[in-house]
Amino acid sequence: MSGAVDAVRCVGLVHRFGDVLAVDHLDFRVGSGEVVGLLGPNGAGKTTTIRLINTLLPVREGTVEVFGVNVRSNPMGVRRLIGYVPQQLSIEGALTGRENVTLFARLFDVPRRERADRVREALALLDLEDAADRTASTYSGGMVRRLELAQALVSRPALLVLDEPTTGLDPLAREGVWERVRRMRDEHGMSVLLTTHYMEEADELCDRLVLMHRGALQAEGTPSQLKAAVGPGASLDDVFRHFAGGELRAPEQEGLRDVRATRRTARRLG
Amino acid sequence: MSVPPVAPRADWGSGVAPRNAVALAGSRIVAFCVVEWQKLMHDRTELVTRAIQPVLWLVVFGETFSRVRAIPTGSLSYLQYMAPGIIAQSGMFVAIFYGIQIIWERDAGILAKLLVTPTPRVALIAGKSFAAAVRALAMVVVILLVSVVIGVGMTANPLRLLGAGASVVLGTIFFSCLSMVIAGLVMSRDRLMGIGQAITMPLFFASSALYPVSMMPTWLQHLSTANPLSYEVSSLRTLLLGNPGNLWSDFAVLTVAAVLGIIAASRLLGRLAR
Ligand SMILES: Nc1ncnc2c1ncn2[C@@H]1O[C@H](COP(=O)(O)OP(=O)(O)O)[C@@H](O)[C@H]1O
Ligand SMILES: [Mg+2]
Repeated sequence: MSGAVDAVRCVGLVHRFGDVLAVDHLDFRVGSGEVVGLLGPNGAGKTTTIRLINTLLPVREGTVEVFGVNVRSNPMGVRRLIGYVPQQLSIEGALTGRENVTLFARLFDVPRRERADRVREALALLDLEDAADRTASTYSGGMVRRLELAQALVSRPALLVLDEPTTGLDPLAREGVWERVRRMRDEHGMSVLLTTHYMEEADELCDRLVLMHRGALQAEGTPSQLKAAVGPGASLDDVFRHFAGGELRAPEQEGLRDVRATRRTARRLG
Repeated sequence: MSVPPVAPRADWGSGVAPRNAVALAGSRIVAFCVVEWQKLMHDRTELVTRAIQPVLWLVVFGETFSRVRAIPTGSLSYLQYMAPGIIAQSGMFVAIFYGIQIIWERDAGILAKLLVTPTPRVALIAGKSFAAAVRALAMVVVILLVSVVIGVGMTANPLRLLGAGASVVLGTIFFSCLSMVIAGLVMSRDRLMGIGQAITMPLFFASSALYPVSMMPTWLQHLSTANPLSYEVSSLRTLLLGNPGNLWSDFAVLTVAAVLGIIAASRLLGRLAR
């Protein structure tokens, strides 16, 4: 890792939605070959941070670099390096699994001679060969997530970006996702940035954690470093409670804010 | 868990060298057309349900007015005269509602994934509008065959048929981009559906699809002149039936409309991406 350029480098990153400060002077890095977890309660700014890194939102204040490529000056270069799985399950149900993955092979300019093999390789990696020629509308939630991982991996990205990859999955499906992420890191040296609010996931999967709250960085370190910092015998749950503090003890408020946000979204979507 | 990180393998994470803009746009257009064709093949019912209305226009309206001879159509029978109009209309209907798909993809999170692929927005919109043309062409082929079956003698010259296809593609690009522009403004499927239904018939009637422009009141003539559908219909009449017309100006207008449509829709794509 020494000498290698960081997979992600954020410096002084700020993002506002109107009056809402969603990301507040955030500094963090993801080393090459590292699995880093962005951890924080709902509304902490995890998704916004991810959307700034993957060029979906414009970076107006601060700097983001992916493998040394600046997101603002070369967004197209950054997109070629990233495989992205959004928070929402999002595949084209009218197409088969193979067709879904092939579309992304084309959109990432996988050469035509290699395309069919690369698609097969990605589907095999996620154990979807048997279901590959069924329309994706027949897939279970766990299979959809794996199909999305296959879509993200078919371009052989250097950085995998996963927004709450296992939310809503059953424990078995969750294990399946973890196993694939580990393999990507171990066998291909892939760097991974993921968000989660599952402590178990953070503990099991991540080399390093970045704790966010209200858009700002609260703590950073390996799971064991963070636990040690809070006290002997502390669990990651304790760490989370310690750093996200009083807010977590007022769940009804958090809930209300969420409901309002959902209503806003619903109105926006019509 | 504490496996030391390894260096990226040479064949992974290297990305692919960027290509020139034209090759890139071309490959994205192919990608989206392939996907549209695959969707069409998985669900062919739409092809049938959407064909019912234009076939009724041809069979009921066309046959009846051919007998009445109320509309002066020169050397062509009325059925012949209106067939290219109905063909163009069937393609336009597909295109006008295409924006619904973009809104659906946005709500489903698919648009976000497409936007973080190395695809410039203009190429994404161009790809989507050509994909709409794939769907419209499939529709048009169905209506064309029905027209032939009910006795509209059409050209069998492959070059002329190819030209007719090009005209339908250009018209569909314009109308699907119009639909995506409206999608970017209203950002709701229901509202787009409503607006689509409100404008399709006026666009159809304010064109030369059903009657010669010379029969229209002056204000409608002006509307018809500004309506790309008129140029599509006119070029189809020339190409399919040998009706005298000006193919150069028809195609010039259609090309300009298609290009402007793509530019306008890509400008508004950002609103949907937010
Ligand atoms: N498109 C948007 N428009 C307005 N506010 C937003 C938008 N997206 C997120 N926010 C707000 O920004 C804050 C951070 O949201 P988000 O990044 O989604 O958090 P997380 O992913 O950690 O749950 C929240 O207060 C949220 O309401
Ligand atoms: Mg989120």
